[in-house]
Amino acid sequence: MPTIKNVTCPVCGTFCDDIELKIKNNKVIDVKNACAMGEAKFLSYSDPHHRNLKPLIRRNGELIETSWTEAIKKSAQILAEASYPLLYGWSSTSCEAISVGIELAEEIGGVIDNTSSVCHGPSILSIQDQGISTCTLGQIRHRADLIVYWGSDPYSAHPRHLERYTAFTEGRFQPSEWKRYVSRLRGVIGKKKLERASQLALMEEISVPPITGSKIPPTLETEKERKLIVIDARRTHSAEFADYFIQVEPNRDYELLQALRMLVKNEELEVDEVAGVPVDVLEKIVDVMVGCKFGVLFFGVGLTMSSGKLRNIDAALALTRDLNFRTKFVIMPMRGHFNVTGANMVSIWQTGYPFSVDFSQGYPTYNPGETSTVDILSRDESDAALVIASDPVANFPKNAAQNLVKNPLIVIDPEKSATALMADVVLPSTFVGIEAEGIAYRMDGVPLPLKQVVKPPRSLLSDEEILRRILREVRKLKKKPRKA
Amino acid sequence: MQKINVTLLSGRTIDQGTGKEHGKTSQKYYESVAICEVDPADLETLGIKEGTNLKVSTEFGSVVVKAVKSMRGPHPKIVYMPYGPWINIVANPQTHSTGMPSFKGIPADIEPAAPTERVLSLQELLKQTFGKE
Repeated sequence: MPTIKNVTCPVCGTFCDDIELKIKNNKVIDVKNACAMGEAKFLSYSDPHHRNLKPLIRRNGELIETSWTEAIKKSAQILAEASYPLLYGWSSTSCEAISVGIELAEEIGGVIDNTSSVCHGPSILSIQDQGISTCTLGQIRHRADLIVYWGSDPYSAHPRHLERYTAFTEGRFQPSEWKRYVSRLRGVIGKKKLERASQLALMEEISVPPITGSKIPPTLETEKERKLIVIDARRTHSAEFADYFIQVEPNRDYELLQALRMLVKNEELEVDEVAGVPVDVLEKIVDVMVGCKFGVLFFGVGLTMSSGKLRNIDAALALTRDLNFRTKFVIMPMRGHFNVTGANMVSIWQTGYPFSVDFSQGYPTYNPGETSTVDILSRDESDAALVIASDPVANFPKNAAQNLVKNPLIVIDPEKSATALMADVVLPSTFVGIEAEGIAYRMDGVPLPLKQVVKPPRSLLSDEEILRRILREVRKLKKKPRKA
Repeated sequence: MQKINVTLLSGRTIDQGTGKEHGKTSQKYYESVAICEVDPADLETLGIKEGTNLKVSTEFGSVVVKAVKSMRGPHPKIVYMPYGPWINIVANPQTHSTGMPSFKGIPADIEPAAPTERVLSLQELLKQTFGKE
């Protein structure tokens, strides 16, 4: 039974590259090293209940099976006839497919946008304004002694981020938080036992002060092991692993970031609390930040989706810049899908812009807010769409999704997503990273190969091949023969 | 009927993450996404238990989901729904010219759902919202 080592995991932006798979009869039967999401993907991707094996086309309101030739022709016809088509998705496919997609967008004069427009789009806008002080995850793993997650819950969204790159990994120059966490966990369990015993003995609840979260452990500034601080609007799962958790009031991250900037610059805050956090706590946090040797601030969509959006990121980037006057500090967005960074990269190479690129004038233009998918859909401007490797019907606000569905909709996806259920043409593709090869970019901008570990079903094509065929057909329709 | 004014957050959960890999039409995805995590104190105010149907309303719409007791309290007046088709019925589509809708920090009301209101399945929800099957 062959075991394939060093497989990359096509799920989240952490893009782990140490997965081991056991293959039997062209099927993955065992997964090692992956998180719950990765394991679920590798073990259940071939479940026939949630994937289409034949192209589908909508006739009389029902999706029925059709041939590849007809499905591709119909898709090309929809795109070629549309005056303002939208090509959306891209973050869960290979860079090679994205590259063909951009060619297609240029050919049909459409808008090509990837999922970062509803994820870290504001972060990109802000990075373009402010600049970013960042590094690769390897540097963080080996050197960082202070980790801060802000508006991000890696336990839920990037489950192995903590163990591979931050709190729980032993770096070459930096011991991990592991031992301290285990002893704290023992304390928590002891506390629970004490509470339960007192309930049983006295039949009433006694209050035992919480082990973490109430005040900063005095030793935190002096300890050699890595430290972890989590800042979020609610106590997330990741907060349980943290040495310290700060609960910020929803939509008030900007104030808190600016308050921290003032304290880093030795200015005084003339209030008792900011965004629900007492100022003396903030002062201690800043002491820990300034006192570290190499700190890193990971921020999630908790900042980009709440009030302030890109301005929150402005403040976070500026805080990192200010901290660099006093110590070494870097910052990194927690990118969601395994190749959303790649979607930005390829888009930048080929068009000059990272997302929301509009080709309707014959040349690329970029103006998020105007050329971004949700805005185009909310204003009901597009008249057809191709969705690939994403599920906007499940993830867009209602009115945007309704305007997407009411116009002709082509879906390229291995799965029966909510968008595929609503489509007019469904082009089922192979799972890149399992049934097809390619390149994807990890969240820190490191390109890694996606492996083919099993043979795909014969009736399916890769994303890249489907797009090439559509492009060829579109060019035929437009009677501009060029090399496809 | 008792109604409370809350702030609605949305995001990923590990169950949503594994549920989506099992398939958007799977029972696992439905059970992990068509929910709303509510602080135990708020459940008490509403006079309901975990597993009751809960109606979440914002100025953009309303949706019925299962109430789940939040494990990570206390965070009274803050409720949490995982990403998915259910939260999007009530999400704020305003992008403030950034491309990004406001998925977090939405003012909302929660109340126990009427006995006639139930949690729609993915197919029912899509049919109701888009009129397609």
